Order: sequence, then C-alpha cells, then structure tokens
Amino acid sequence: MSVQPALVIETVEATEVLEGKKAPRPSQGRFTMERVNWSGTIILILCAVTVLLPLYVTISMAFKTGEQAVDGNAFSLPAPFSVEGFVAAWNLTNFPMGAAISLFVTAGTVIATILLAAFASFAIVRNWDRKFFRYSFFYLLAAMFIPFPVVALSQVQLTGLVGLANPVGVIILATMFQLSFSVLLFTAFLRSIPFELEESARIDGASTWQTFWHMIFPLLAPMSATIGIFAFLYAWNDFMMPSLIIADPALQTLPVLNSLFQSQFSNNYNVSFASYLMAMAPAIVVYLFTQRWVMEGVTQGAVKG
Amino acid sequence: MTTTTTTTTPPPTTTTLVTQGARRPGQARPRRRVEPIYYWFLVPTLILFTLAITVPAVIGIFFSFTNSIGIGEWQFIGLTNYIALFSDPLVIQSYVFTFSFSLVTVIVVNIIALLLAVALTSRIRLKTPLRTIFVIPMVISAIVISFVFKFLFSNSVPAFGAWSGIAWLEESILSNPDWAWLAIVIVTAWQAIPGALLIYIAGILSIPGEVYEAADIDGASKFQQLMRITVPLMLGYIVINVILGFKGFLNAYDVIKGLTGGGPGTSTYSIAMTVVSGLTTGDYAYQMANATVFFVIAVLIAVLQLSITRGRNAL
Repeated sequence: MSVQPALVIETVEATEVLEGKKAPRPSQGRFTMERVNWSGTIILILCAVTVLLPLYVTISMAFKTGEQAVDGNAFSLPAPFSVEGFVAAWNLTNFPMGAAISLFVTAGTVIATILLAAFASFAIVRNWDRKFFRYSFFYLLAAMFIPFPVVALSQVQLTGLVGLANPVGVIILATMFQLSFSVLLFTAFLRSIPFELEESARIDGASTWQTFWHMIFPLLAPMSATIGIFAFLYAWNDFMMPSLIIADPALQTLPVLNSLFQSQFSNNYNVSFASYLMAMAPAIVVYLFTQRWVMEGVTQGAVKG
Repeated sequence: MTTTTTTTTPPPTTTTLVTQGARRPGQARPRRRVEPIYYWFLVPTLILFTLAITVPAVIGIFFSFTNSIGIGEWQFIGLTNYIALFSDPLVIQSYVFTFSFSLVTVIVVNIIALLLAVALTSRIRLKTPLRTIFVIPMVISAIVISFVFKFLFSNSVPAFGAWSGIAWLEESILSNPDWAWLAIVIVTAWQAIPGALLIYIAGILSIPGEVYEAADIDGASKFQQLMRITVPLMLGYIVINVILGFKGFLNAYDVIKGLTGGGPGTSTYSIAMTVVSGLTTGDYAYQMANATVFFVIAVLIAVLQLSITRGRNAL
C-alpha cells in the first residue's frame, strides 16, 4: 500500500507532527530521491472530502437566502451570499441566551475540572503512602466505568430535589464525569515531577498552598491544557445531560436549543443551518488552535486508561 | 516535559520531616502526619463526587426493587421489575439493537482508522493538513452534525437517487425500519474514527522502522507487512480501541436522537433511550432496573478491559 524507503527518518518526522511541531522539510541533498506515496496521498484526500462534505454543506446552506435554501439542494453554492439565516436564527430564537448558557456551562466545567482534579491529584500523589489517599484514587477512577445513562434517572430526580435542575447542576455533574480521566492524567504527570524541585521551595519556607500555586500548578500547565480542552469539548457539545438535567427550556445549552428549533424551522433550512454552524464553529476554532493538546490527550488517555 | 523520577511513592514532605524530629534507630517507623491542607484538597471533591455519582447509583439500584414512579409512595416488589424486563419486547429489542449496532460500528471504525493510520504515517504529501482534517469530526457536537446528516440522508441522497435512476436510493434511509441503523452507524463512525485514528498513529510510530526495513529486504509486500507486522505489533492498541469504542457505542444516544429519534417505530431505540424514557412514562423504578442491568454489563466490560490491559504490560 505505501512505499517507505526511509522509515527511521519517517518516524522522527511523524512524531514531531503528532506533537504539533512543523514537520521538518526533508533536507534537499539526501532525500530528493525518496518516492512520495502519491496513491496514498490521493486516497487520503478523497477520504478527507467525506469529512469536509457535511461541513461544506452546513456552511453553504447557512449563507443562502431563504428562497434558495428551500429547494433543498445541499451542494449548490450560495447565490446570492446572504447572512439572513444568521440574523433570523439570532433574532427569532433565544439563541443569544443559549450561547450565553453554553459559554457559562463550558467555562464552569473547564475551570472546575482543572482545579478540582489538580487539587485532588496533588493530594493523592503526595500522600500515596496513606491508604486513604490511595483508595480515594481508585474510588475516583471507578467512575470511568459508570456511563451517564446508568445514573441519569436518579441524577435528574436528585438535581430536581435540591434545586440544581439548571446549568449549575450540569456544571457539577459534567465536572464529576470528567474527573476520573483528569485525575488519571494529572497524577501520572505529577509523579514525573522531581520531588527535589518542590523540596527547594519548602526549604525557602513556602507552605503547601504556596508550593501548589507557585510551583506545581504552573508545571501542570500542559496537562491542564489537555484536560481543559477535553472538558471544553464535552461541555460544549453534549446533548444528553443538559437536555435531561436543565428543566427550563429557556436555560438550555446550544445543542439542546438546536434540537428544540429543529422542528420549529423544519423548512427554513438556511436558518437551521446557520444555527448549526454557530454551535459547531467555536469547537472547531478551538480545535484548530489547540490541535497538539487534543491529539496528545487522546493518546495519553487511551494508553493510561 | 520533565521525566526524571517516576517513583510511585513520593517521599514525605520536608515540613513533616522537620516536625517529626529525629527518630531513634530501632524504633518502629512513626506514622507521618498528613498536613491538613491535603485533606482540604481532596475531601470536598470526594464528597461532591459521592453525592453526584455514587449516591445516584445506589439510589437507582435501591429503587429498582420498588414500584416507585419517581414521586409519591412506593413499595418493595422484589425482583418483579427484573423479571418483567426480560419479557419486555421493547427492552429486548433495544439491547439487541444497541449490541449489534455497537459491534458493527466498532468493526467499521477500527478497520477504517487502522488503514487511515497506516496511510497517514507513510510517505505522503500534505501530512499535517490531512491529519488536522481527519480529527475535526471528533470536536463537533454529535447531535448538531446528526441534524446535518439527517438533511443529507432525507434530501440529498434521495435527490441523487432520482437523478441517477438508482431506485433504492430514492427513499430516505431514515424512514426505512430495516436500514435506518446503517445511517446511525455511518454518522457514529464518522465521529468516532478520529479518536481511534490518533491512537493507531501513536501505535504505528512506536514500531521500530528496522522491522519494516528487514521485511522489505526479505521481499514482503506492503499488504503482507500490514498483516504480519503492523497488526500483530499493534494488537495492544487494537484491543484498547475495540473495548473503548464498544463501551462508548453502548451509550449511544445523541446521534440516534438527532437522526431518527429511535424510529421508524422503535427500530433504532437504544438502551440509553429506553432507560431515559422512564422519566416521561412513569416507569421510573422499572427503567432503574433496566439501568442496573446495563450497569452490570458496563462493569463486566470494564473488568474484561482491566484483565486484558493488565495482562499486556505494554499498555
């Protein structure tokens, strides 16, 4: 299938690509003779088209006028180019509110996940010789094996009882479901930080609290980025949890809101696609700027989990 | 990144050593005092976690033995809910559907992801942009992209069928009770391939290049290299991808909600959808029993996963 004349060089290059660095250009001298796998490249480009096609359809439908969109031709380019779909989606539905709620839920989940997981992991790793901390670690990890549908019914009942059938309840639950994965990554990373580093801060008279904030937390930054991005993607994209937990439709997140007016605007394709696009775009933009951490997170989560 | 020490048991902190004072030789090792702040770091999270996940799980299992409808009075009815479950056609159908759907999807996803990973790590052009594109589906909201696919399946594909004269394409796949599942497999796979792909790329990059060089010298074809070298050496990664994928697909909800809503009829009802229907139909305790069965299955898969991954030290 593929021609690999210089695999060692190949491996190094690909590793660096995986880590988000720019692939080094093969030096002109020795490697000009290497055969490029053109058939593979063409097949991959065709596959990439199937990935991009639904996105192309979304974008082109969103920028059509109502009259053009109604014919249902997904692949025609917008003519004329129009933002009326966006204006309608923004004005006719409570889209601004939905966007604000989504932003609130996402920001809350990201911050809570990073902080709580970092605190807990730090305490666990520094006191690993104590049973309480060791068992807490396995206790938190056990949640990786509890899918949301299993506890959904009682969680809906409980959040209703204690007045958390709202976005705050979603933040708490989403954070707790992200915790296992995050603690796993943080503890693995913390164990690789040499203890001498922390000791020097201690000798200078720093308290545990100060050590955490001035030394440990900054060192955790790359891992926090990965964990934060995964919390972001989960909170921003999830449909099932907010749709069940948030009781008031006026306080729903964007994915749920989209499903609510999917039926309402069944024939105003440009309006519905404009609102789909507005719900998708932030996640795609965040991904494009943070690819490195997204790719690392998937690999590490799988290898350690 | 720092990777100097990898001790699993970090030494006690200096401050506690100081308060401990000098230890006489021969004396049993005194228990180190844990600084209270560590409890403040951990215990609130533990409590919140217990309230948010453990308590609901226990409550759910408890109520599965009652006739509660979610509010008001209830009585213990023993295993009645569980017995009823096994003769409920909708529940059985949802289990059959969810398991067959997960099985098909996991096979499709892993074959495509493995081939893509092999291609993406070979000497191709546009490596970086291609990889960027292939990961995009992972970051899009499942329900929102399902609405886009729903439009494609119910408008564009039939229109193409009419234009090209392929009769069986003219009817929307989503309204066909026998084939609607295929649409769900396609969209789920579209979203799940990137995750598996990234893991496979990491796996392929961990195989030393000399192995392939030796195979090249021995005259092995590329296909033989894939089947005899790549696949066996990546077995650990394949196992992890298959289990992670299967576990995830069993929870199918968002994509089905967006594409078919469980229909036509109840042909694409998943386990998660049946469980959640307990909120609206008043079958609260009954669906809790269903969730408990589902939980037991999830635990069994987890045990399987742990025993397999523990067995292979590589992962």
